[in-house]
Amino acid sequence: MIADNGIVIAFYVLAITTGICALMVAMVRELIQAVVFLALTFVGIAGIYIVLSADFVAVAQVLIYAGAVAVLMTFAVMLTPAADRKNSETAFQLPAAILAGLLFAVVVFVIYDTNWRISGREAFPATAASLGEAFLKPFVVPFEIASVLLLTAMVGAIVLTKEEEDEGADA
Amino acid sequence: MRAPMPDLLLTLALHLEEVLVLGAGLFALGLYLALSKRNAVGVLMGVELMLNAVNVTLLAFSRFVVSPRPLDGQVFAVFVITVAAAEAAVALALAVAVYKHRETVNIDELDMLRW
Repeated sequence: MIADNGIVIAFYVLAITTGICALMVAMVRELIQAVVFLALTFVGIAGIYIVLSADFVAVAQVLIYAGAVAVLMTFAVMLTPAADRKNSETAFQLPAAILAGLLFAVVVFVIYDTNWRISGREAFPATAASLGEAFLKPFVVPFEIASVLLLTAMVGAIVLTKEEEDEGADA
Repeated sequence: MRAPMPDLLLTLALHLEEVLVLGAGLFALGLYLALSKRNAVGVLMGVELMLNAVNVTLLAFSRFVVSPRPLDGQVFAVFVITVAAAEAAVALALAVAVYKHRETVNIDELDMLRW
C-alpha cells in the first residue's frame, strides 16, 4: 500500500491518461495517428513505472518503447506507401471485443478475489545499481542470452528487408 | 495553533489491486487490437501493448508483494522489454518483406495458405 497522497494522485492521473491514449489507439482512423497515441501510451506507462519505484525500467521504457519501437513503427508505415493507411478492423472486431471484455472481467474478478501476500515495503531506493548487480550475478546467463537474441534479431531484420541483388551482376 | 485537520485532509492510498486492474485493462485493450486490426502494424501495436501491460503487472508485484528478492520482478521486466524490442524489429521487417511481394500488409488479404 502506498499512502502518499501525491503519488496516489499521480497514479490515477497517469492511469487515466494512459487508458485514454490506449483507447485512442483503437479508435483513431489513421494508422500514423495510432502510432503517435501508442507512443503517448508508452510514456504514460513509464510514469506508472516511476510510481511503482522502478526508475531504471522507466528510463528503459522511454528509450526503447517511446523512442525506438515507436520510430520503428513509423518506419514500417512509411515503408509501405501503397498499403492501406487506415486503422480499420477485420470481420473479427466483435468477437475480439467480446473476448477482450470477458478476459478483463475474469481477471478483475480474480484480482479482487485473491488474498495477496502484501508486504509493508517502503519504496525501493534508486534501483539502477542493484539491478546491474542482479544482471551480472544471478541473472548473468539470461543476460548473455538476451544479447545473442538481440544480435540475432538485428541480423534477421536486416536479412528480411534486404533488397534482392542480381547474383553476379556486380561481381 | 498548528492542530492538524484530519477530517478535512483526505488520505489516499494505492493498493496492489488498482495497479493490477490497470494492467488487466491495458492487456485486454492490446488483445482487442491484436485480434481485430486489419493492418499488420496495428496487430503489432496490440502485441506491444499487451507486453507493456504484463510489465506493469510484474512491477506491481515487485513493489507490493512479499518476496525474498523483490527486485527480481524489475529484472524480469527489463528482459521482457529486451525480447519485445527484438520481436518488434523482426515483426516489422516481416511486414516490410511481405509488402515487397504483395503490395499490402492487410492480414485479411494475406491468405496464400488458404486453398
